[in-house]
Amino acid sequence: MGATHLPSTEFDGTAVDDRLEAEAEARLGGPAVPMVQLLAPDGTLGTDPVYSAYADRLDAEQLRGFYADMAKIRRFDVEATALQRQGQLALWVPLTGQEAAQIGSGRASQPQDYIFPTYREHGVALTRNVDLAELLRQFRGVSNGGWNPKDTNFHLYTLVLAAQTPHAVGYAMGIQRDQKLAAAAAAEGTDRPAEPKAAVMVYFGDGASSEGDVHESMVFASSYDAPVVFFCQNNHWAISVPSSVQTRIPLSNRAKGYGFPGIRVDGNDVIAVHAVTEWALERAREGHGPVLIEAFTYRVGAHTTADDPTKYRESSEETLWRAKDPLDRLEKYLRAQGLADDAFFAQVKADGDELATYVRKTTHDLETPDIRTAFANTYVEAHPLVAEELAWFEEYSAGFTDEAHAGGPGSAGTQDDEAATGVAR
Amino acid sequence: MTTMTIAKAINEGLRATLDNNPRSLLMGEDIGALGGVYRVTDGLLAEFGADRVVDTPLAESGIIGTAIGLALRGYQPVCEIQFDGFVFPGFNQITTQLAKMHARSNGNLTVPVVVRIPYGGGIGSIEHHSESPEALFAHTAGLRIITPSNAHDAYWMIRQAVECQDPVIFFEPKRRYWLKGEVDTESPGASADPFKAHVLREGTDATVVAYGPLVPVALAAADAAAEDGHSIEVIDLRSISPIDFDTVTASAKKTGRLVVAHEAPTFGGIGGEIAARISERAFLSLEAPVIRVGGFHMPYPVAKVEEDYLPGIDRILEALDRALAY
Repeated sequence: MGATHLPSTEFDGTAVDDRLEAEAEARLGGPAVPMVQLLAPDGTLGTDPVYSAYADRLDAEQLRGFYADMAKIRRFDVEATALQRQGQLALWVPLTGQEAAQIGSGRASQPQDYIFPTYREHGVALTRNVDLAELLRQFRGVSNGGWNPKDTNFHLYTLVLAAQTPHAVGYAMGIQRDQKLAAAAAAEGTDRPAEPKAAVMVYFGDGASSEGDVHESMVFASSYDAPVVFFCQNNHWAISVPSSVQTRIPLSNRAKGYGFPGIRVDGNDVIAVHAVTEWALERAREGHGPVLIEAFTYRVGAHTTADDPTKYRESSEETLWRAKDPLDRLEKYLRAQGLADDAFFAQVKADGDELATYVRKTTHDLETPDIRTAFANTYVEAHPLVAEELAWFEEYSAGFTDEAHAGGPGSAGTQDDEAATGVAR
Repeated sequence: MTTMTIAKAINEGLRATLDNNPRSLLMGEDIGALGGVYRVTDGLLAEFGADRVVDTPLAESGIIGTAIGLALRGYQPVCEIQFDGFVFPGFNQITTQLAKMHARSNGNLTVPVVVRIPYGGGIGSIEHHSESPEALFAHTAGLRIITPSNAHDAYWMIRQAVECQDPVIFFEPKRRYWLKGEVDTESPGASADPFKAHVLREGTDATVVAYGPLVPVALAAADAAAEDGHSIEVIDLRSISPIDFDTVTASAKKTGRLVVAHEAPTFGGIGGEIAARISERAFLSLEAPVIRVGGFHMPYPVAKVEEDYLPGIDRILEALDRALAY
């Protein structure tokens, strides 16, 4: 590794052909292009001319925190998968294997930053202090959101792939305007406390990278120098289709075409991910524009609980990636450096089990909403059609409250009785 | 009172919005130095600067998507889509994101984005420049859809659209951009509520409901019918979602006959929704079935034959004849 990590926005015609690199990567089963890595799978810490400085800022407490977060979210993932298998959740989207990419990047963000996830960013949610039980609302079918993004600056999950990427750029354009308005107010002597500089980070995957919205977002971000970090988790599989179908060049190299830096980082190395993301977010906050980070990682489990990876990939591939496990390598490092002992790891396990118990209990208790809340939230302002349909629904429902029709709408045998209740519209 | 065209009225409405609302901004293709292909934003870049009158990359999904992000940050973006037929690259953002954000956030988030779309035919233009896709948006809960037919409404309705906390699709009748009218910039008068229909002409024999570019056609048809001794009431719907069914129902009950006219194809159109609702609400008062006048079930035809496609005075009179014959 050398200065090659300092990204150039100029296309370098002398560089090794991108496509050849991608093909080499496919043959080797690993990255052939420069990839920022600080913590090797064997737990040894390497150096990097740029990013070691960021890693050096980390104290033992933070490193232990990274491990605790990754272990916690992995335990959560196991519990949520179990809840789905037991019929308590309609679907689950596991993240196992991607803990370092999510915890490392999420912990690099600051409270004033705003995060747009896709739908697998449970680890990032943890770093933003989202209540993980709230996160399960969507998968239990009791909410399409579950948390108030204003509380944590962690946006709702977006299921239409890449649709959140232009939102992130627009939000970043808003931050730019806020800063100008604040500067203008300051120039006029308005006594207003300066707000910390902020940036936006948006997550998407190798599959979503093919969506037009990613392209349009990168064009907008580049044109306006928007303070946004595009964080692509290349987990190698978009359900059953390998990343080679989405791209024939390393994804990070796409940034060149838009005129901003693109960096590939070992997505299973939490220290490197944290360093690179800190660098990118600081750069964005300081007004130097967007960065694309490609976290090279692997979805060890299925796409969702409705998926069956044995139909499209070799288990040997999973074995290969398990050897690069993000938790194992940090544990090795912490133990070797004497930064954590058996008691620490035992406590982490106990905390994970406690979280799992909490999540399980809370999931069972998640309240089923009343459809009246859907009527109420379709529009902000009063709407005559919504009011009319709600009034009809109330009248219709009231018809089931008498003794003959106890059970309410939707209960068996009510349809034939509709006319008799006298509430048919 | 000032006399101005509809295009100028929207321009003045946007100017007033930018003046009064520091969180508002305009975004779109060629809306800056050029002032938009129809010059609706003429002069606004020079007056308000590039942060508030934003020439965007040529990407409709990007325009709507970034507008959503700006709205999440507390801004009130007004997006210009250059022509009706070019809104579809942004359709995903409008229907899956913009329309649903408030609902899916359990009411925590609002995205008060306005999307301006010049629509309709009659200008002899090429493919994709003459369409009326309003029904495609009306079917999506979470959106409001309004369309002015005169300069006074144009001035006030664009301002009201920006003030509305729900997303609003603002359809501009492009062949009427140069139609002049009196505008009272001091007071909206009867136009205080953009979601209310206006009875433009009172009558007793039948009602014609129209909106946007067909309102002048409906009024002309009513004039022609009057010469034959028929008293026709004309309603300017103004809002396509929600529809002011109270006003339409009251008129249908009074006249007993209803004709709905729009440029969009009749099949699956707004006219069908009005016919269905009015048959429920005014069934016993109707003397004839509700009759729809609209475009045919075909892609918008080439300009040289669009006169055969577009509902004109005679098509509305023919429908009125059928209604009156019952």
